[in-house]
Amino acid sequence: MGLLENKFQDNVVVASLDKILGWARSTSPWYFQFGLACCAIEMMASAASRHDLERIGMMPRSSPRQADVMIVAGTVTLKMALRVKKLYEQMADPKYVISMGSCATSGGPYWQHGYHVLKGVDLVVPVDVYVPGCPPRPEALIEGLLKLQETIQTERPLTRKLA
Amino acid sequence: MTLEQIKNRLSDQFKSSIIKNENLAEHQVEIKGEDWFDVATFMKNDPKLSFDQLECITGIDTGEDGPLQTHYNLHSMEYRHKIEAVISHDRKDPKVASIEQLWRIGDWFERETYDMFGIEYTGHRDLRRILCPDDWEGWPLRKDYEAQESFHGIVVPKIKEEEGWE
Repeated sequence: MGLLENKFQDNVVVASLDKILGWARSTSPWYFQFGLACCAIEMMASAASRHDLERIGMMPRSSPRQADVMIVAGTVTLKMALRVKKLYEQMADPKYVISMGSCATSGGPYWQHGYHVLKGVDLVVPVDVYVPGCPPRPEALIEGLLKLQETIQTERPLTRKLA
Repeated sequence: MTLEQIKNRLSDQFKSSIIKNENLAEHQVEIKGEDWFDVATFMKNDPKLSFDQLECITGIDTGEDGPLQTHYNLHSMEYRHKIEAVISHDRKDPKVASIEQLWRIGDWFERETYDMFGIEYTGHRDLRRILCPDDWEGWPLRKDYEAQESFHGIVVPKIKEEEGWE
């Protein structure tokens, strides 16, 4: 920023558009609010007053059209897998998926005898962050969310990728 | 009424419909499948039995050589007595009359047992799967059930007990 330095008042920040976009996106990823099993209780606890997800800019949306992040909180049955896929496809780009808990990650306790359970939600939708735990505590989920925010921040949506 | 009295009352009315089965517990009574609807109607409407509540319907698979069974848990609000009716089905063609129109709660109970065991309740007005998807293959709680290999293009990996992932 050599040329532009000290040319403006103190309350003006100069940055590349890419960086500003990344910052704006990463600090307001609204998540799609739906729970599939007991992990949903922990997700609700994270959103409630004690852990308060809104302080990191996250807010539940009830429609996939308005959401940026899908938190797959709980056991994905094969019946639900089709719906999860459909909901993911309904979300607008850029979109991210967090697999919360061992059920969503690998089938969890149902990995062997659960004939009706999808063995990992990554078989259906691409996953950005896996949060381990059964169920993960709100602290763990929040760490996962912060990791996701870091990833979003490093994205450069306007920069052309080298072929 | 005690269990003994209930059983006597039933066998007085339906001598040929009660099957003697020594493997059953004290509170169970086995009834012939083809007579089940008449017996059930009697059990509900008889003023001395008055089984006005159907608590549960359970399916049981007794193994390869044994039959499939449906268990009906009946309870009387009026007399506070209970009994469990057992019906055995032929494994190849499990069929029994529906009691859905006697006890309305039987609607979903029968759909669930149908979903898990494939027992057909003839006369049920809306016999569909209730938990599994409509296009599911097989009856999951039967002993010889094998999970399908793929579901709508999603591969269902088979996991063996000793070897782990296949």
